[in-house]
Amino acid sequence: MAADDDLPLLSVRGLTKYYGDRLGCADVSFDLFEGEVLAIVGESGSGKSTLLSLLASELAATSGAVRYRFRDGVTRDLAALDEAERRHLLRTDWGFVRQDAREGLRMGVSAGGNVGERLMAVGARHYGDIRATALDWLGRVEIDAARVDDTPHGFSGGMRQRLQVARNLVTGPRLVFMDEPTSGLDVSVQARLLDLVRSLVRDMGLAVIIVTHDLAVARLLSHRIMVMRRGFVIEHGLADQVLDDPREAYTQLLVSSVLAA
Amino acid sequence: MSTQPVVVLDDVSKSFTLHLQGGARIGVVAGVSFAVEAGECVVLGGPSGAGKSSILKMIYGTYRCDRGHIRLRDGDDAVDVAAAQPRRVLALRRSVMGYVSQFLRVIPRVPTIEIVADAARDSGLDGDAAMMRARDLLTRLNVPERLWALPPATFSGGEQQRVNVARGFAAERPLLLLDEPTASLDAANRKVVIDLVNERKRRGVAMIGIFHDEDVRDAVADRILDIRAFAAPHAA
Repeated sequence: MAADDDLPLLSVRGLTKYYGDRLGCADVSFDLFEGEVLAIVGESGSGKSTLLSLLASELAATSGAVRYRFRDGVTRDLAALDEAERRHLLRTDWGFVRQDAREGLRMGVSAGGNVGERLMAVGARHYGDIRATALDWLGRVEIDAARVDDTPHGFSGGMRQRLQVARNLVTGPRLVFMDEPTSGLDVSVQARLLDLVRSLVRDMGLAVIIVTHDLAVARLLSHRIMVMRRGFVIEHGLADQVLDDPREAYTQLLVSSVLAA
Repeated sequence: MSTQPVVVLDDVSKSFTLHLQGGARIGVVAGVSFAVEAGECVVLGGPSGAGKSSILKMIYGTYRCDRGHIRLRDGDDAVDVAAAQPRRVLALRRSVMGYVSQFLRVIPRVPTIEIVADAARDSGLDGDAAMMRARDLLTRLNVPERLWALPPATFSGGEQQRVNVARGFAAERPLLLLDEPTASLDAANRKVVIDLVNERKRRGVAMIGIFHDEDVRDAVADRILDIRAFAAPHAA
């Protein structure tokens, strides 16, 4: 890892998406390195979710490129991957924590199964090992081991999000996408999830791209913040710099519109 | 010990453009130039609103500079914070400079001892050493041990401030920026901060501080820099 330290993990250039005539996002460029947390902030309709889908190669770009440095050290253009390679990447080296846990979890499968499934995708076959690892991860995200055989249907919103985190991190990914992971949760539950994500990110040296409209979440978790408006990145810099010394009129409006960020 | 300064500010200026107030431009400071050597504590003086905090925030990279250079020594390199990429600034914050603010801003649920130990780990101490450093600092700053396992959200202002100071001193880096760390402390705890500052000085740490209490200022300052000399011209 040290040898590749100066090479970005993810490299984005001129990424643009049109839905017909309507602009999704325009000309986005940035580099992301291992261990870095980048927050994309903006109001609904700003293009931040479109951008996240493009980055995670769930959506095809109209133009521009996303390059990713694989574990073998080779950086490849993600548009050139075939479907099997893309799926493999998503199941192993990447994670995606969804806003709606029902989209990120298999709701009909037990909590242990939700975590174990990702392990099996990377070749784990021994049932005892898979279950032990799943139990360990449920513990790390503070879900009672007694719930291992329950499906997420009976889980609270906060538990579901924590289960999603476990499911995504169990394979030791290097890059995790998060789409509004704390929205819809009670404030106290949010704090718990934030604390958990923050410590896991640090301990595992993860790179994270998190989309949020909550500037307080961006401040607590991210190193860098990218502000989007009407499809364009209008400001991008150190998290505290963007929040404490915003340069653009729109960013100043965003920052001044929250009670305490 | 090297004779090169730890940090050099060279003709640094700062203003804010307030777009929500019709684009009004507020000058903060202009032409700020000074250097700080290893083991030296420079105290920024001048009335409130003169831009003392802004100078610290520019050095730390929280505020952008309109012009000028802030050269920070990083091993054999000199890095201009005013022009550095965010990633470089973050690396400097890990290894070269620390910042103690007036306020404790933390994730709500984290226990006090963890907040302080975390800060120590950020600068590279391992788990046990970080925990020992945290215990030592909280003890010295008279934070009762029964509070260590609790998050500081419900603590009194003075207790939170002491946790904040403990966190700020948990890591040891060549440059420490102190933004009124003694603001709501009583005399006994101000004395602890004075001791902490002077210990760091003896170990060669450079410090730039803002202290409103005269007793603290007199006890730690090698030099007081009146920043009214760097007043920004009134902008149109």
